[in-house]
Amino acid sequence: MNEFVETLLELTWHEPKSSYDVVIIGGGGHGLATAYYLATQHGITNVAVLEADYIGSGNSGRNTTIIRANYGIPESIRFYQHSLDLYSTLEQETGCWIMHATKGLLWLAHTESAMRNERARAMLNTACGAETVLVDPTEIKALVPQLDLSGGGRYPVLGASYHIPASTARHDRVVWAYAQGAMQRGVHVLQNTPVTGLIRDGDRVVGVRTATGDISAGVVMSAVGGNVSQIAAHAGVRLPVRTHPLQAFVTNGYAQGFGPIISDTELLCYISQTARGQMLIGHEYDRETSYSLQSSFQFLQANAIKMSYLLPFVRDLKILRQWTGRCDVSADFSPIMGFTDVDGFVITTGWGTWGFKAIPAGGEAMAELIATGRTPELIEPFALSRFAADHAMADQGSTGTR
Amino acid sequence: MLIITCPNCGSRPVEEFRFGGEIPQPPESITDPFERDLDQVWMFTNVAGVQTERWFHDAGCHRWLTATRDTSIDRFVD
Ligand SMILES: Cc1cc2nc3c(=O)[nH]c(=O)nc-3n(C[C@H](O)[C@H](O)[C@H](O)COP(=O)(O)OP(=O)(O)OC[C@H]3O[C@@H](n4cnc5c(N)ncnc54)[C@H](O)[C@@H]3O)c2cc1C
Ligand SMILES: [Zn+2]
Repeated sequence: MNEFVETLLELTWHEPKSSYDVVIIGGGGHGLATAYYLATQHGITNVAVLEADYIGSGNSGRNTTIIRANYGIPESIRFYQHSLDLYSTLEQETGCWIMHATKGLLWLAHTESAMRNERARAMLNTACGAETVLVDPTEIKALVPQLDLSGGGRYPVLGASYHIPASTARHDRVVWAYAQGAMQRGVHVLQNTPVTGLIRDGDRVVGVRTATGDISAGVVMSAVGGNVSQIAAHAGVRLPVRTHPLQAFVTNGYAQGFGPIISDTELLCYISQTARGQMLIGHEYDRETSYSLQSSFQFLQANAIKMSYLLPFVRDLKILRQWTGRCDVSADFSPIMGFTDVDGFVITTGWGTWGFKAIPAGGEAMAELIATGRTPELIEPFALSRFAADHAMADQGSTGTR
Repeated sequence: MLIITCPNCGSRPVEEFRFGGEIPQPPESITDPFERDLDQVWMFTNVAGVQTERWFHDAGCHRWLTATRDTSIDRFVD
């Protein structure tokens, strides 16, 4: 396995051509993984990925990197389990060290009703193949000795569901691994190239507009994260998506070896340890829709206090950084992947606060859809047309932990 | 800190309010009644700019109000 900095040097940048078979808007994980799988699985390399800023500058480089499959409906569990499996072999597949580590994930319960939820989560996920068991306070304490089982005297821990294969990976390395694999096979990745409009021919989308000129394309895919409503509007497509900020923060280093990821559906926060030893803490998305990347003191204060109830040691840590991402939250909390009513224009969106884990499976499925013109079975439930068909995929499992 | 001006209670911090979202506005170009209903129920304009939206004064008069906010910078506008 190569040292990453060295493999980075193999990235080759190109000047834009005037035409490609496929143009992907957005150089986040989903856009780049789609390009990668178009090249590796379908031999389609006349592809450009257009990124407004630098690759990974969106949510793919801002997230808390949790990879899990324990969702709330069978269709989602199957999809995310496949993505989790792809992640576990991504280092061999790409030859890049993405710092993948299996940690396990505990969802704590402080009340009887929360225990019922965790019991249901464990049963449903086990039945659907995503290994999740119920654990009692003694077992939890063995996994996380630092945990105060009385929750600071306010939030006693009654039990938890334990999703054993949950893992993390270094987010920007995932982005670069896919970018490099795609570029080595001939894909053009164009940074600092915002798409300002779509070119239409009758009812079709046939290309994109940029400041440096128009680029025509057989297929245009939108993979722009929180900006999706603007890009889709250029095609006349309206989406069940709202853009919400999601914030996170990290502390300075804590003794290495903090075990699993811990999530709390009642306190609405979660924590894990980064490879550097920092404690990484996240929360639900901000209530009001916004494109602003302004972080808030309210978020920092509320979540620092909640975490200190559960893990008293965090009181002695210092906050290093906080940041915000722009999340494309769908109306039913499930992703939206596939065709739109407009020929030549496909989308991957609705990734909200949970789409990092989905990058391999989402990219693979979108590549197959573009290459074959048919929707892969795995993502059929997630078509945009589900809203008109009254088949919304309401998934409670999207919330709580990312 | 964001301040909302409630017609009943005056200027109050945003934390006292619950967000009710953009007011659904199916575009004029959609004329088919089914398509209009679909848009009204599920679709959002999700503008990066000035949005007309509803807020509920939870910790105050318990009434809904309408406000305009620039979502690109998260600031209320008059
Ligand atoms: C704080 C935070 C924590 C999170 N934690 C987790 C987690 O633990 N687990 C998990 O699974 N998910 C998590 N997520 C969600 C996850 O990060 C996203 O769902 C995922 O990264 C989406 O990938 P993407 O490629 O669709 O979008 P992005 O990575 O946002 O990429 C979109 C790209 O499109 C570019 N772009 C936008 N407009 C244009 C344009 N007009 N022209 C060209 N390019 C454009 C942007 O610059 C950006 O680089 C978290 C998100 C945040 C913000
Ligand atoms: Zn009021």
